Amino acid sequence: APAFAEKFGLGRPALPEEVAAWNVDVAPDGTGLPAGSGSVEDGEWLFSENCAVCHGEFAEGVDNWPKLAGGDDTLDHDDPLKTVGSYWPYLSTVWDYVHRSMPFGGAQTLEPDEVYAIVAYILYSNYIVEDDFVLSNENFLDVVMPNADGFIIDDRAETEYPQFSQQPCMTDCKESVQITMRAAVLDVTPEEVTENEAEAAAELKAAADAQDT
Amino acid sequence: MTDQSRPATTRRGFLKAGLATGGAIAAGSAARAAQEPDPLITEVQPWAQGLGEGVDAVPYGLPIEYEADVVRRNVPWLTADVISSINFTPIHALDGTITPQGCAFERHHSGAIELRKEDYRLMINGLVDQPLIFTYEDLERFPRVNHTYFLECAANTGMEWAGAQLNGAQFTHGMIHNMEYSGVPLRTLLEEAGVKTEGKWVYVEGADASSNGRSIPLDKAMDDVLVAFKANGEALRKEHGYPVRLVVPGWEGNMWIKWLRRIEVTDQAIESREETSKYTDTLADGTSRKWTWVMDAKSVITSPSPQSPIKHGPGPLVITGLAWSGRGAIDRVDVTIDGGKNWQTARLAQPGQDKAISRFYLEIDWDGSEMLLQSRAIDSTGYVQPTKAQLRDVRGLNSIYHNNCIQTWWVKAGGEAENVEIS
Repeated sequence: APAFAEKFGLGRPALPEEVAAWNVDVAPDGTGLPAGSGSVEDGEWLFSENCAVCHGEFAEGVDNWPKLAGGDDTLDHDDPLKTVGSYWPYLSTVWDYVHRSMPFGGAQTLEPDEVYAIVAYILYSNYIVEDDFVLSNENFLDVVMPNADGFIIDDRAETEYPQFSQQPCMTDCKESVQITMRAAVLDVTPEEVTENEAEAAAELKAAADAQDT
Repeated sequence: MTDQSRPATTRRGFLKAGLATGGAIAAGSAARAAQEPDPLITEVQPWAQGLGEGVDAVPYGLPIEYEADVVRRNVPWLTADVISSINFTPIHALDGTITPQGCAFERHHSGAIELRKEDYRLMINGLVDQPLIFTYEDLERFPRVNHTYFLECAANTGMEWAGAQLNGAQFTHGMIHNMEYSGVPLRTLLEEAGVKTEGKWVYVEGADASSNGRSIPLDKAMDDVLVAFKANGEALRKEHGYPVRLVVPGWEGNMWIKWLRRIEVTDQAIESREETSKYTDTLADGTSRKWTWVMDAKSVITSPSPQSPIKHGPGPLVITGLAWSGRGAIDRVDVTIDGGKNWQTARLAQPGQDKAISRFYLEIDWDGSEMLLQSRAIDSTGYVQPTKAQLRDVRGLNSIYHNNCIQTWWVKAGGEAENVEIS
């Protein structure tokens, strides 16, 4: 039993400064949030400086980089657009993730007040707050995320396992079989490039380049 | 390349030549009724005369050059960049169950970092009697265990939800590897710190910039989770979390935190980015499942497959593949060659192991006609791997993760194979 488990006396006590340096996660109830605040106005400037090159000036996303705003009411569509505004259930996650892991390639460079400001701007970009909003550790839990109630705990045990645990058919299971979709028609698989193919491609490209000029 | 011993054609070149002349069949029969003596036998070959490499030529070897196609591949259009991205294990070319580490798939969120053992620290904090810091050397002094488990990315086969997209088992099913891990039970480390009674979860995170933090219920953490530092006998590869990673048997690969640096005992789930924005599974009505940790029973035929076509013509054919389940051991795998009208039970190379990959074989006498190949795994709970239609009926098309559907390969009369969906 765990209560009587043997101890080995390995490791050493963690110092408070060490725990403070690494223990920076923020839970949905606000546990872990440092004191501080930041405005939409400051956030707009900080976002433009640190984030917009990938995520767009309005958090709408550049190229294939993640969109942080938009997609309201698309979750039951064919191609749902999942953003902070349309999908994320908790504001704590936005604060925690931006603080710890963004900007991409320059993580852990933002001070708490800067993170509050950037998060405030992301909320504004999603029309969740007004442009004069100031986010702080005091009013953090007042913000209501649109998709807060959009998640259920894994229910496969009820919705899938009973029906997928029946004796399977072994013989004469169906009358006919038709091919309904083919990957080769879509043709998006990377080719296996052999030396000959690479040479041939290079020759073709050289010929095409010659024609262009 | 002037080495005379090198085969005259590449694998693909051979296939093309064979198909062009209908020679796949001819090649098979030629071997049976040779008209001319085979010079590979009648003439002394250089390797039978001269000398090979000395034992000091290669202190740590790589595969022979003729296996150069057995490598990780990526699909550039899948992700915005190659740092937070994925590549694929060449399962179409492997056999047995152990994945060679050098071609075992990678998934990073801020790249594969370099972390020396000397710089490595592991912290246990939160709801414990004594927060602790371990060095790498400390970890090697705890009682150790060995276990083989599969790691499957939650997104494996995810591109196939909407239809047949990528043409090859490597791309459709290659976000997986199976290794023998050596390490310390997480339970041992938690007991060293002393978990308080309010502790219900552990939050685990890596040393990389993405951190990849995930919440794991304490029951699982105390059950079979490992803090591993060796895989397949040697240190973890850099890209697989060197020097220490978490092993979370049967559960989605995202939770197998690499470069593990901190374990925090909490009274609630942190609901981090990787368990809210990502690794949640949206259903047809727009609600989403969260905490879908277990990877359900799944299988795939690795050969024949689009990257491993039949080149030998009719006659004896080995159909082989992989099966696995996060809920237990593989009990049985059925194979159909007619698109599911009739099934035969395949042969497991070894009895199924808990939450590890099983290898299956079905030897048939191929008559050269086209086939619709499928495999269907059954695990020790009695769960039978479902079809894609069955999964879509429950989940719709937008789940992204946890696609464990039955895969179909259309083997054509010439032996080429294609990823298809069938009715």
